[in-house]
Amino acid sequence: MNSYNFAYLDEQTKRMIRRAILKGLAVPGYQVPFASREMPMPYGWGTGGVQVSAAIMTPADRFKVIDQGSDDTTNAVSIRRFFERTAGVEVTETTTEATVIQTRHRIPEMPLTSGQILVYQVPIPEPLRFLEPSEVETRKMHSLEEYGLMHVKLYEDISQHGAIATAYAYPVKVEGRYVMDPSPIPKFDNPKLESPAIQLFGAGREQRIYALPPHTRVVSLDFEDFPFEANKADAACELCAADTSYLDEVIMDDAGHRMFVCSDTDFCASRRAAGHAGIQEAAI
Amino acid sequence: MASEALTGGFANAPHAAAIAFRGAMRAMAMPGVIEHIEGAAGPAPLSPAASALLLTLCDPETPIYLAGIHDTAAVRDWITFHTGAPLTDRARAMFALGTWDALAPHDAYAIGTSEYPDRAATLIVEMPALTAEGARLTGPGIEKEAALNLPDIPFCQANAALYPLGVDLFLTHGNAVAALPRSTKVR
Ligand SMILES: [Zn+2]
Repeated sequence: MNSYNFAYLDEQTKRMIRRAILKGLAVPGYQVPFASREMPMPYGWGTGGVQVSAAIMTPADRFKVIDQGSDDTTNAVSIRRFFERTAGVEVTETTTEATVIQTRHRIPEMPLTSGQILVYQVPIPEPLRFLEPSEVETRKMHSLEEYGLMHVKLYEDISQHGAIATAYAYPVKVEGRYVMDPSPIPKFDNPKLESPAIQLFGAGREQRIYALPPHTRVVSLDFEDFPFEANKADAACELCAADTSYLDEVIMDDAGHRMFVCSDTDFCASRRAAGHAGIQEAAI
Repeated sequence: MASEALTGGFANAPHAAAIAFRGAMRAMAMPGVIEHIEGAAGPAPLSPAASALLLTLCDPETPIYLAGIHDTAAVRDWITFHTGAPLTDRARAMFALGTWDALAPHDAYAIGTSEYPDRAATLIVEMPALTAEGARLTGPGIEKEAALNLPDIPFCQANAALYPLGVDLFLTHGNAVAALPRSTKVR
């Protein structure tokens, strides 16, 4: 016997979260309130995602955690260990082997498949928050589909910057009904929100859960004259030569040399293992 | 309380509930997909699937309405012992359990409010059979089209027309469970 509940949370808490997840799946993009619990980690560490993962985890799962694409940040490692210890699940860094993937700020490059579950850590679930600080008002706006202000704000972006400047947490409309915050993923990832996987979003501090069933229609907000563009740095990964993956610009040395590398470390590593080499690798 | 009430629960509740929930979640996420959930056996006429759903989702926070032949002393005792859920009427129920006909009138259940569409009832409908044929389903969770033998196509169409309000259905038969959330369009 270990001293933990299975997946840390007590059964009543898991039931409450499970009910919220089911209602979230029944009304895609709608934010279901839930009573968030204290978790043995700070809020910035994705306690909403952790609670959702805890509520859906089964002993047979293989669990992967990515933090901005990487499996080996302190945050990713400690969440992975947490479920290894409390749920006894296997863990993996390989996207294709994982049954449950918890993520902060990225969608894996490798297309997800039916049966996989992607759990997002969400800091601010309310896409209208920057327009309207009052929860009472934003709730009313969602209920009335009052999304005009959102469009005005995006259009202002265009007139000021010549393009929509919002690069992360780019708002989407779900099944033609709810405007949803996809969490701070780069807008490059937005097209991947239409997926065969089940996608669940957990916001711990704000106590909201929302969901996208497989194949749900997810449209990034845009305008006829300024269509949505899922852009990335115009370069190839210097380690694996991928030119279609999302790239981070990293500082190499004290002299300030920089290079572009895949943000998705598993994607990059598996390409290199398959023999792909970028200009840095070739030079070595 | 009869001794029957004390049996039929999950052997290892945290594991069994987690596995049953995964099946229920997959069913709700992919309307028309038939999952099998096991490990629970309430008194007749409760199906194993409905038993497992009750144990996985219900507790003192979730008032339940029992309809028709499911409203027996044995079923009531079993639910009280294993979940602690209070029994209530249709309008106040978060969960309702019964055959389709017994659950009527079907418009008597909570459908949520425009600001809180999640405050809608979930109906657990015991079916004489569950097969991937009959009504054509489209919508979230369905790549192109799915098929399912729904109990009442006109009701399901009217329910979908209420979207984002409406009730959500679990359909159960033996160990099998499928779901029809309000988001599914039915032909
Ligand atoms: Zn790379």
